[in-house]
Amino acid sequence: MIKRSFIGLTKPLLKYEALDVSTPEPSVIQPSKKVTLFLDKVFDFKDKILFNIGDKVKTGQKLSYSENSDAYVISTVTGTISSIAPFNADYGKTYTAITIDVSENEEIDEQFSTLVKEPDIDTVKDSLAFIPGNLPAGLFPSTDASPPIETIVISGVDCDLFITTNQNTVLVDGQAVKHGVKILKQITGIDNIIIVSSDHLMQDAGISGAEVRVVDPEYPASLPHLIMRDVLGQVVPAGKNCEDMGVSFISAEAVASIGKAFTEGQIPLYKHFNLIKKDGSSTLISARIGTPISDILNAFDVTLNEKDRLIIGGPMTGSTVYSEDFPIQPDTDAIMVQDRGNIPFVSDYPCINCGECVRICPASIPINVLVRFLEAGQYEEAADQYDLYSCIECGLCSFVCVSKMPVFHYIKLAKYELGRITTAEATNA
Amino acid sequence: MLNHKKLIVSHAPFWHDGSSITDRSYHTMLAAMPAVLFGIFTYGMPALGVVSLSISFAIIWEFLINKITKRTISIGDGNAALIGLLFGMLLPATSPWWLVITGTFVAVVIGKHIYGGIGGNPFNPVLIGFAILMVAWKDYFDFNEVLVNYDLGFAMVYPLAAVKHLGTSGIEAFSTTDLLLGQQSGGIGSTFGLGLIIGGIYLILRGFIRWEISVSFLAGIGLTALMFNMSDPSHYASPVFHLLTGYTLIGAFFLAAEDSSSPVNFIPMLIYGAGAGVMTVLIRNLGSYVDGVVFAILLMNLINPICDKIRPKALGKVV
Ligand code: SF4
Ligand code: SF4
Repeated sequence: MIKRSFIGLTKPLLKYEALDVSTPEPSVIQPSKKVTLFLDKVFDFKDKILFNIGDKVKTGQKLSYSENSDAYVISTVTGTISSIAPFNADYGKTYTAITIDVSENEEIDEQFSTLVKEPDIDTVKDSLAFIPGNLPAGLFPSTDASPPIETIVISGVDCDLFITTNQNTVLVDGQAVKHGVKILKQITGIDNIIIVSSDHLMQDAGISGAEVRVVDPEYPASLPHLIMRDVLGQVVPAGKNCEDMGVSFISAEAVASIGKAFTEGQIPLYKHFNLIKKDGSSTLISARIGTPISDILNAFDVTLNEKDRLIIGGPMTGSTVYSEDFPIQPDTDAIMVQDRGNIPFVSDYPCINCGECVRICPASIPINVLVRFLEAGQYEEAADQYDLYSCIECGLCSFVCVSKMPVFHYIKLAKYELGRITTAEATNA
Repeated sequence: MLNHKKLIVSHAPFWHDGSSITDRSYHTMLAAMPAVLFGIFTYGMPALGVVSLSISFAIIWEFLINKITKRTISIGDGNAALIGLLFGMLLPATSPWWLVITGTFVAVVIGKHIYGGIGGNPFNPVLIGFAILMVAWKDYFDFNEVLVNYDLGFAMVYPLAAVKHLGTSGIEAFSTTDLLLGQQSGGIGSTFGLGLIIGGIYLILRGFIRWEISVSFLAGIGLTALMFNMSDPSHYASPVFHLLTGYTLIGAFFLAAEDSSSPVNFIPMLIYGAGAGVMTVLIRNLGSYVDGVVFAILLMNLINPICDKIRPKALGKVV
């Protein structure tokens, strides 16, 4: 864990992990018994689901939820569906979790290979939503209301500390990224494609054929809102997202996945991510989407004890899960294991007004005041007067809080609650 | 999902930089040590008695309030002890026990807890305690009176009182070096200029207080004093004199920079510090009190919330 330095006058310096050429190939791990896939749809027993427990599925087979829904997953193994159940994630998000028992002989589903001749937007939408690196939904705005996407920004940098997934893609999969860029241009008609990369990988990023821009190596410079401001010179108004400004972000890994899908005629299955162990060491791993975390931990002899913490994502922005059975998802960039002895304690102290958070916040939010309103549950005032919606979710405020308040959590909760109120009002209206 | 190992589920971020209130309190106390020890060394047992009593009672009051209001016992965070220590540092060594006990009560209970405890106080608790006592029992704070029986090898007149009553001719005996080395009468922990400066620099470097406040406070005092001094050198003391006497230095590093009652944004910190500095000299030179630090800081505490509204525009804010 990075601690405050002895000289505390200056801001802490949080450097992103810099991947260099000598980094070894990622270790490949296979799922031992089963995979679990999260279908982005609320599970409802009454729905006519298009697959059933006991169904045999092939690798690369598309599993659509129902006739009335576009949601689907791609099976990453050959095997038998053994369970279909609802799964509740953080902040009210729900999925349908499909568990597939892996069988020994792998069979590849042929459907996608018949579509690769003529890449078009529908093929990508209908087959590649589940690719490693995650296909951002915002890339293809539904025709109504939302402004058209004019710029695509490929993230060749990683969003949190310790993570090297995208850098690794830029470094070793340059050709795939290049092909992916070509396909993106072809299917979307967008010419303005930018790749952002760290200084030391500029050359490699150049292979992609997209316009290269450099991002600071210091956290949180690679968060989309800051890239918008510092690299593209466009400030996203509070409460809006980058798509509203006509800019869509996509990870370098996803672009490479698109490239590979069309060159190889197969939907890529392997997600790259970092395993951050208890001692803080970080290893790059490649595993099929759906592989349970327990398989990864076993392969690396990481034991989880009672009261340890298991985190999906990096130390600043990840989220915890309560079970080792949780699978790797298309956007899982890291798995982090924290020993119970290293878990920072969150206190119930109030804000002492020290101002550390205000000085570190990249969005210049008066957190010392904001947090008082959030604690009192006055979310509307918080949003109207104290810039709740300017927060770009970097987590630095909690990181430095002298009172050890869960400031960042309060902020996310407030946004979530306000979001619910707005949705409720919209449905009732 | 069948797995029964209980993992800790919580929210991002999963790191913390390790700072804490306890750390802040104890390091601030540590930084005060040179000045406090010097005071105890100079004034002997009575000074030790006052400081110990002050720290103990600040802690006791905090404990009792915690009990009465049924809150978690917060004496472990060191904030009460710090209030006690700073309060003791302001007092003359001759302060009677009841004065210390009453003062810490006012500081901890009225200055801090009726506003909801740490972080809620609009005024610096130490100064609230001190100001109320100073108004109520004026005589106990007349350093010339109360310290009259000490013979410490330097003029036992309170420098600020001397300049007030006699003009600059009354303070010729005080050299800058003497003032820096604590050869002056005053509060137990307030006279050793060099010690306070060292403590202050330590706190600034460690990031426990903000340099913006301390520096602008000192600059405010220096510049205002300079203007007075230039207008009438026989009447008004030099900036250096003002910087090294009274509660200037303890104010700059230990009182004005208190978290809850001071601003957090850059420009407001400068305004706040400079404002307190200017006010201090105005009170000293024109007001009826010999020292103005206490009231000047309290006054700036009052405008702190308005002042802190001057802040940079948040990212993407649409006006
Ligand atoms: S998470 Fe905290 S520090 Fe980061 S932008 Fe939001 S309020 Fe500012
Ligand atoms: S860092 Fe924590 S205690 Fe300090 S001002 Fe921010 S919220 Fe308050």
